[in-house]
Amino acid sequence: MFQILVKRALGENVTLFEVEAPRVARRHRAGQFVMLRPHAHSERIPLTIADVDRDRGSITLVVQAVGKTTFEMTERFFEGDSFSNVAGPLGNPTHIALPGKPEDFRGTVACVAGGIGAAPMLPIARAFREAGHEVVTILGARRKDLLVFEDRLGSASSELLVCTDDGSCGQKGFVTDVLKGLIESRRAAGGDVDLAIAIGPPIMMKFCSKTTQPFGVPTLVSLNTIMVDGTGMCGGCRVMVDGAAKYVCVDGPEFDGHHVDFDGMMRRQAMYRPEEIASLERYRENDPSCHLQPAVEAAVAEAEEAARPAAEGTTR
Amino acid sequence: MTDPGKPSLTPEELEARVEGRKGLTAKQRGQLPKIFWKEQDAADRVHNIREVPFAYTAIEARAEAVRCLTCKNEPCVTGCPVAVDVPGFLKLVAEGDFRGAIRLIKETNLLPAICGRVCPQESQCQENCMVAKVHKDLGFAVSVGKIEAFLADWEREEGGVELPAVGAPTGKRVAIIGAGPSGLTCAGDLRRLGHEAVIFEAFHKAGGVLVYGIPEFRLPKDIVEAEVDNLRQMGVAFEFDTVIGQTMTVDDLFDDGFDAVYVATGAGLPYFVNVPGEDLNGVYSANEYLTRANLMGAYRFPEEDTPVLRRDNVAVLGGGNVAMDAARTALRLGAKNVFLVYRRSRDEMPARLEEVHHAEEEGVQFRMLSAPVEILSTDKGWVRALKIQKCELGEPDEKGRRRPLPIEGAYEELPVEIVIEAIGNGPNPLIPKTTAGLTTTRHGTLVVDEATMMTTRKGVFAGGDIVAGASTVILAMGHGRKAAAAIDAYLKNESAQPAAFDAT
Repeated sequence: MFQILVKRALGENVTLFEVEAPRVARRHRAGQFVMLRPHAHSERIPLTIADVDRDRGSITLVVQAVGKTTFEMTERFFEGDSFSNVAGPLGNPTHIALPGKPEDFRGTVACVAGGIGAAPMLPIARAFREAGHEVVTILGARRKDLLVFEDRLGSASSELLVCTDDGSCGQKGFVTDVLKGLIESRRAAGGDVDLAIAIGPPIMMKFCSKTTQPFGVPTLVSLNTIMVDGTGMCGGCRVMVDGAAKYVCVDGPEFDGHHVDFDGMMRRQAMYRPEEIASLERYRENDPSCHLQPAVEAAVAEAEEAARPAAEGTTR
Repeated sequence: MTDPGKPSLTPEELEARVEGRKGLTAKQRGQLPKIFWKEQDAADRVHNIREVPFAYTAIEARAEAVRCLTCKNEPCVTGCPVAVDVPGFLKLVAEGDFRGAIRLIKETNLLPAICGRVCPQESQCQENCMVAKVHKDLGFAVSVGKIEAFLADWEREEGGVELPAVGAPTGKRVAIIGAGPSGLTCAGDLRRLGHEAVIFEAFHKAGGVLVYGIPEFRLPKDIVEAEVDNLRQMGVAFEFDTVIGQTMTVDDLFDDGFDAVYVATGAGLPYFVNVPGEDLNGVYSANEYLTRANLMGAYRFPEEDTPVLRRDNVAVLGGGNVAMDAARTALRLGAKNVFLVYRRSRDEMPARLEEVHHAEEEGVQFRMLSAPVEILSTDKGWVRALKIQKCELGEPDEKGRRRPLPIEGAYEELPVEIVIEAIGNGPNPLIPKTTAGLTTTRHGTLVVDEATMMTTRKGVFAGGDIVAGASTVILAMGHGRKAAAAIDAYLKNESAQPAAFDAT
């Protein structure tokens, strides 16, 4: 069970796994996630499903190595190996509809993906396109080599707009700039953006929501908080939405971005930062021959001074 | 109350009691001193996770069993949710027939090693014990639970476990949802009746609350594993990582050829008090705290990858077994001050007496008649203190427990860095939400016909906390047993009708 059929490096510390999980593949709908436990001593981490192949009975996960568990997955697991546990699909599927619009209305959806948020965005973009909506995907990263899923998203979308912080690919700038430009140009031409969906680092989702708010464009964000069971049992994933505690695992993972307390969420995401660093350092010490050691060190340094918190296993 | 501080009898005295048992009148037996078991010293045990009480030795168990009066009306049997023949097995223990005794228990209770440790005996079998009545002290009741645990341990470690005989195959298949005490019991009984039993479990391990909730120091996990292994040997199949309602639905199970379904998904949904500050860093549900520590092994972090916060000062909200478990786990994770904050007084606490006693011995500081009103924050969003309001007891509520009334202006701040909420759990809504034809009560529990445990949908049975609300392991097991019998009857004669829903 849960054998790795394909493992492929997509970029710096970003790895794609196609994993055998027929029951998950059969039931999966866009927006859902799995809880994955790589081996018997691992944490259980939430990972959003990027793609499924029902014929092969497999699901695709894209993992960014940020902590011990995800580095271990990247470095110690190979094609033919198996993960101990994969449970899912969990969470509510994306509601493929435009809020406040008649059911037969076909409009425009802006899918805004930051970094490896591109992977979980793929099934969502595809589902809206299949439902007959225009899908404009905005894909952003810090640099060209951090862009993932450009091809897949390109073919799933009506239009793909790429941007990088340093201008090494596509437009130079943030996804928020491109999103704002898109809404303005559509409105100037008598059209509109009827729904925005943002998936990526918390800070990016926060600013996407801030960007769309003055325009009144409904905005969904897909959250990836720390979880233990993923089925509503522990409450560790709770996030404040409009002043009320919501469980990301069973109430989400998608919420109205205009009502999510992103600052509180980012603070909770950093709750185990010292433990995460200690765990990663210990892993590195135990494995001095590791060829990825520089990358581990860089990740530790980055985690220590990170302005934007990112939990282990953040893929959204 | 048990008092393990009291010395046991000398080996000679124990032998003499056992040898001379036949010459004793009932009155004399009732006057015999209770045999106290030894326990790990409180100062030592907070530094390890090993079990607190040491098991009786064989001679101690026999000498304690001699105290049973074998009352005609058997009040202990009446007090047991699964009606274990208590005087019957105690008599066999006194005679040294441990094999006979464990066989007798297993006729009604498949998991004695677990029940001996986690049942609230003082409100069940031991509550009405005539020996306690003679002494006018519940603490003098015959130690039924400790003897039961001894027998199960003896069987596992020395006697060799006798697996119940598996019935001739009936060709019928039953899906059981949830590998907790209720599901495990139901599966075992179904195998005895010859049905195929497949347990679907969301987690990666079997045991339910026995592995994620109850800590090692109260119920060693190798015991749970041994029981699960016995079921495996009886042919029970396990499918882990399967969240019914998500991975598959109940309808899928019928489509896959299952003839009946038993829903035993428990009360896994944690309640929060709903006071300001619950989203601060350092606030846990007891479910999360215990799951991290127990199931995920966070007490061994970083050997195990899952962390749990370790801080000097911890407040636990609640007065039940889960609150005691969380408080005692916090001590074992290195906390210096653990406050147990409860709105009512000690007398109203629903926890087992032994757990309250152990928690107190270990240094848990009880803050009774205290209601949490706010969790206070540092400037970085971490827990700084718990603000509590003192209460006094008012009139009894509908359950007969006296209601706590806040005293105006009487506030106190407990300086803590972690707050663990153990105020109760609700039924898990996943199955009711995703299964057509099931009816829930206003508490979210499933409506069943109490005689058969069948829900409002034909062929779907339910039991344990998903029906009873947060209850006990033994009651959940009792449901599992009752359901297995009813499922058997249903499979033989599918004319059985689903529960009628009475909205009152």
